[in-house]
Amino acid sequence: MLLSEATTTGFDLFSLVPWIVFIPVIGLLVNLIFGRKWNERIIGIVASSAVALTFVVSVLQLIALQGNHHEAHVVPFVDWLSIGQFHLPWEFRVDTLSVTMMLVVSGVGTLIHIYATGYMWFDVRYKEDLKSYRRFFIYMNLFIAMMMILVSGNSYLMLFVGWEGVGLCSFLLIGFWFDRNPDTTFGDKNAFAGKKAFVANRVGDFGFLMAMFLTFWNFKTLSFTELFPDAVAHYSGDPALIWWITGFMLLGVAGKSAQIPLFVWLPDAMAGPTPVSALIHAATMVTAGVYLVTRSAPIFNAVEGVHIMVATVGAATALFAATIAVGQHDIKKVLAYSTVSQLGFMVAAVGMGAYVAGMFHLVTHAFFKALLFLGAGSVILAVERGHHPLIGGHEDEHEPHDDEDHHELFDPQDMRNMGGLRKRIPWTYWTYMMGTFALMGLPIFAGFWSKDEILLDAKLEYPVIYWVLVVAAFLTAFYMGRQVWLVFFGKPRHHASEVAKESPWSMLVPLLVLAFLSVFGGFMNWPFEGGHQFGHWLGYTIEKATGHALHVPAFDWGVAIPATLLALLAIGISWLIYGRNPLKTGQQDPLEKALGPIFKGMHNKWYVDEIYDFLILRPYQKLAKFFAETLDWNIWHDWFHEKGIRDNFQKFTRFLADPIDLGVIDRIANGLASTVKNSGEILSRLQTGFIRNYALSVFFGVVVILGYLIFR
Amino acid sequence: MVPLSYYVALSAILFALGALGVLTRRNTIIIFMSIELMLNSANLLFVAFARSFGDVSGQIFVFFVMAVAAAEVAVGLALIVAVFRNKHTINIDEVSGLKG
Repeated sequence: MLLSEATTTGFDLFSLVPWIVFIPVIGLLVNLIFGRKWNERIIGIVASSAVALTFVVSVLQLIALQGNHHEAHVVPFVDWLSIGQFHLPWEFRVDTLSVTMMLVVSGVGTLIHIYATGYMWFDVRYKEDLKSYRRFFIYMNLFIAMMMILVSGNSYLMLFVGWEGVGLCSFLLIGFWFDRNPDTTFGDKNAFAGKKAFVANRVGDFGFLMAMFLTFWNFKTLSFTELFPDAVAHYSGDPALIWWITGFMLLGVAGKSAQIPLFVWLPDAMAGPTPVSALIHAATMVTAGVYLVTRSAPIFNAVEGVHIMVATVGAATALFAATIAVGQHDIKKVLAYSTVSQLGFMVAAVGMGAYVAGMFHLVTHAFFKALLFLGAGSVILAVERGHHPLIGGHEDEHEPHDDEDHHELFDPQDMRNMGGLRKRIPWTYWTYMMGTFALMGLPIFAGFWSKDEILLDAKLEYPVIYWVLVVAAFLTAFYMGRQVWLVFFGKPRHHASEVAKESPWSMLVPLLVLAFLSVFGGFMNWPFEGGHQFGHWLGYTIEKATGHALHVPAFDWGVAIPATLLALLAIGISWLIYGRNPLKTGQQDPLEKALGPIFKGMHNKWYVDEIYDFLILRPYQKLAKFFAETLDWNIWHDWFHEKGIRDNFQKFTRFLADPIDLGVIDRIANGLASTVKNSGEILSRLQTGFIRNYALSVFFGVVVILGYLIFR
Repeated sequence: MVPLSYYVALSAILFALGALGVLTRRNTIIIFMSIELMLNSANLLFVAFARSFGDVSGQIFVFFVMAVAAAEVAVGLALIVAVFRNKHTINIDEVSGLKG
């Protein structure tokens, strides 16, 4: 009904698409200009409704796209640059792929904004900086705008603009509490994490830029419409070129989507407030790499063998990060490595050419990982409120702490301080379980369907990657089981967990919505007869771009059953270790005892940071020191500037001052003066004072002149 | 009719007397009178030549000279009075304050 109306009334819903960028921009401007005096409720409403409106516009794009029979539509917006024959327009591309991303970003973004209005109310009070509430939502709206530019641009260049924009927002939000770090001795830890994310992303951006340069150099355009399918499909040139482009692009993906070797920034990015971790570092920004590969599908399809390169990176990351997640004590760190691991699944999928499966996992992952992060934020907040009650706390059941107690070193994110929370925070517990089951890949839950599709595609084409991913999935179920036993079951291991307090409704409602999506979100791509709606829908765009029909494998019980059984086995093992005998206060992690050095390796992220520190940072710092001290200070400053320029200049000026100025110029001036003085002294003797003398000289003068005139 | 050369000679004599007076006398008044003598010798010459050539412009010039001389007398005598008031002398040789 609505579809036909949209198509028959003639009103072009597509023309609304620029608003997906400008509504969040307006939201942030309103908060920026007028928000100084507003209270937190108004600021939160402005920011959240801006994103909600963006979601509405995205839904309208979906409707318009249905009316257009899934056909991509390009909306020209402005001419950015125009140099002779070369035009660089800013165009919005509305196709099934970009609309999928728009809906995820604005939909999950709206929920997280609503959640953040509650979460940040507490956070700014714990950090004792109420003014930062407004700053937070300005950054968040800016992020949504940038992400929208990224997913809606019709050229690699606009994609890159958004790519850099979200990188900036990520930096700003990771280091949000750059000057407040009450629980660690490093005052600048948060700022350092932001810097690390920024620098790691610069390495990736270098790759993306090189890929763009190569693309432009060879295809003479960066526009998707012009590149795909014709320019790339009919390219019969050097396959090495495609290798270079895809290789550099993979480096960009590794930077943004936290793949080996550049994943190290993402776990540290957990320094940001938890809604940021959920929105940027789990649901949306980090999936930009997956989006980029899917968007560039024709290029990745162009040469045999490129697929295996991307898939290997993804699968290796999936397994590697999953092992690290097992050894973490920080509730957010577990989820962070889980995100890296799941991004590895997605990259492996799109690398294998299973673009639909990868994007499907992107969507479901956005649901359940956002849910898990928000749930973790709710847990952390509950524990923190137990540890340090604020206004509206629970004075009735818990006498306020002394001042000394506030400075006690307590990490509200450490799972060893938790335990038994399911009774204290039942809403958070139940929603968290939904997300956990989805991530574990238990049947019916969203993650099951999407992960199953990835495994299915892998099994058919790349058996090695299939086995790697299966092991990663097993570890995923294990570390999530471990986390749940540690956090929600057993007895509280810290006083704070005994008195933990359930979060407000503004935080629970987004959790409930996301829990619903985590349970039922997988049905959008029901893999049996009459299903695959999402696959057909998204596949339309990919098939258009590549010019080839997508292969949709049939559902295989041989993949689904072993995966489910392995997940259940992992849960069982985690119960044996953590569930049967709950951890006691101060007790060592039983896995740590059992695995010894292996656990230590997992806990310390296999020392990747230390290896990078040794291989790259230290030599780089030494080089920088060498440049600074030897080249810059000793040679450039001491030798060239001081000895070379300054000393010679001094000599030259001395030469000018002493012989030239004093010797020549001053002597001329002084000589002139003394000459005048001496001659004046001599001539003054003529001035006798006797008027008759003067008269006589006048007389003789006249006589002489007359004589001359007469006798000449 | 007295020939023109007589007038010229008389004028030359009068001018020479005036110049000699200016150069030799010390009394300021007399120097002053000598200057008048020189001026009038020139006037005489103007008039003589004007008459001789039948041109009145020489005579007109004499009027100018007499007017300037009258002004000069006024200034000169005032100067002499001022000097006398300061120095109590009109000996020109004693007025030598500008000696270098």
